[in-house]
Amino acid sequence: MTKEIRLAKQKRRNQKIAFGVFQFTSYTVVGLLFVILSFIVIKGISVISWEFISAMPKEGMTQGGIFPAIVGTLCLVFGSMIFAFPVGVLAAIYMNEYVKDGWMKKIIKQMTNNLAGVPSIVFGLFGMALFVNKLEFGDSLLAGSLTLGLLVLPVVIRTTEESLKSVDDTFRQASLGLGASKWQTTSKVVFPIAFPNIITGLILSIGRVSGETAPILFTVAAYFLPKLPTSIFDQAMALPYHLYVISTSGTNIEASRAMAYGTALVLIIIVLISNLLANALRKYFGKKVKMN
Amino acid sequence: MHKIESKNINFYYGETQALHDVSLSMKENTVTALIGPSGCGKSTYLRLLNRMNDLIDNTKLTGTILIEGEDIYAKNTNVDDLRKNVGMVFQKPNPFPKSIYENVAYGLKVNGITDKKIIEERVITSIEQVALWGEVKDKLKKSAFELSGGQQQRLCIARALAIQPSILLMDEPTSALDPISTSKIEELIYELKNKYTIVIVTHNMQQAGRVSDTTAFFYMGELIEYDKTKTIFTKPSQKQTEDYITGRFG
Repeated sequence: MTKEIRLAKQKRRNQKIAFGVFQFTSYTVVGLLFVILSFIVIKGISVISWEFISAMPKEGMTQGGIFPAIVGTLCLVFGSMIFAFPVGVLAAIYMNEYVKDGWMKKIIKQMTNNLAGVPSIVFGLFGMALFVNKLEFGDSLLAGSLTLGLLVLPVVIRTTEESLKSVDDTFRQASLGLGASKWQTTSKVVFPIAFPNIITGLILSIGRVSGETAPILFTVAAYFLPKLPTSIFDQAMALPYHLYVISTSGTNIEASRAMAYGTALVLIIIVLISNLLANALRKYFGKKVKMN
Repeated sequence: MHKIESKNINFYYGETQALHDVSLSMKENTVTALIGPSGCGKSTYLRLLNRMNDLIDNTKLTGTILIEGEDIYAKNTNVDDLRKNVGMVFQKPNPFPKSIYENVAYGLKVNGITDKKIIEERVITSIEQVALWGEVKDKLKKSAFELSGGQQQRLCIARALAIQPSILLMDEPTSALDPISTSKIEELIYELKNKYTIVIVTHNMQQAGRVSDTTAFFYMGELIEYDKTKTIFTKPSQKQTEDYITGRFG
């Protein structure tokens, strides 16, 4: 066997091994996800019924449904988005389109990254100190939404910034070259192009908000509250906290085990639906932007 | 009076000096080609004329550029108005992700024209001017991305013409196009010359020879030679120019 053939064989073998490893790891990830999901589905599907998602909890949360927790979580998602989305998007536009490269931009960037790294329980404490106590909102949807909003703000800012960055500079130049102002260029050309991707930021933050427990612990979540909130100053139940409560400190943990899995399943389904919805929106706007 | 007049231009990107003492003037309704090897400063010079280099941070300019007698880098210059008068066509066709119609209408709308009739009229005239009307008249509402590269570039020229500039800057407008599309654009340049002052950066010697009246040869940030295109291509006075256009370097 000549040297060349041996080398060629070796190259092919190395490639096979490398790709084999990549394939294995990626399949493992998919497999793990599948295992987790099916575990939750198998354990939780038995309690899912119309009553479960539409009724108040009963008998020390071992019976009845989780309706107030579903509503609470939806309110929190909505409330935090109303706050985080405009603020985050505007901040990102300012940072990406207006601030010149320099120390100011570096500082803002670094701060945003640091904010993203703060543990969620710290946000919870901060939310309690500021919104609940200092601003006297009390334990309320408002305080909880604002705290969650702060938590996802860096996610929104970062994804918006990335989407704006991915807009080709020649579009900006073409617009400015036609005598458009910077604001016209940003609002009529850059933002519409980036918008479908900005939606992705919304998807990520909805998933994050609906699953967080620590930030709502001291700001909004009620242990047991069998009625729906009527104003933004009301306390509310929420799915992740409810899950935590009936798994650790319920009146009868064994009896409510199935309810816990059911709650987890509902939480996952809500995240899934919002992802699908946001994906559909992204596709819709992606198509629309080309035509207007 | 010259339409464009630049005197002793020095331009820096940070510490790097990109243009050295360039003085160059262009007459109305002529085509001037800027040629030279990559990195010679010709695109940088072109982008000074509509202040596109303002978009880059950490740059410095000395010297003066007068357009129609006005110092375009004066404190009271309105950059938006300048860019309205000095249109630009880019290297890669870059229509907006909008419909064909909206691409051309955009410049009118951002400049405050709201009368739909006027907009429609100007859109049609501009598309006709670039000889694209026959090809797109039935699909004005379709996305501009559905057009071929050559058609997109002509649409970009129409977009620039719609706001009625008097100067047109073209930064290697055919470098991304096939030969047929290229010759269409060249024909167009030839026709537009009657109404516009055109400055075109090109890497294509034949193109410079075909479309331009005067040619400026840049090398390492300096203007080496500037003369009638015919003279530059037949008996250039500088050795470097001759070496470049005969393909000995660059």
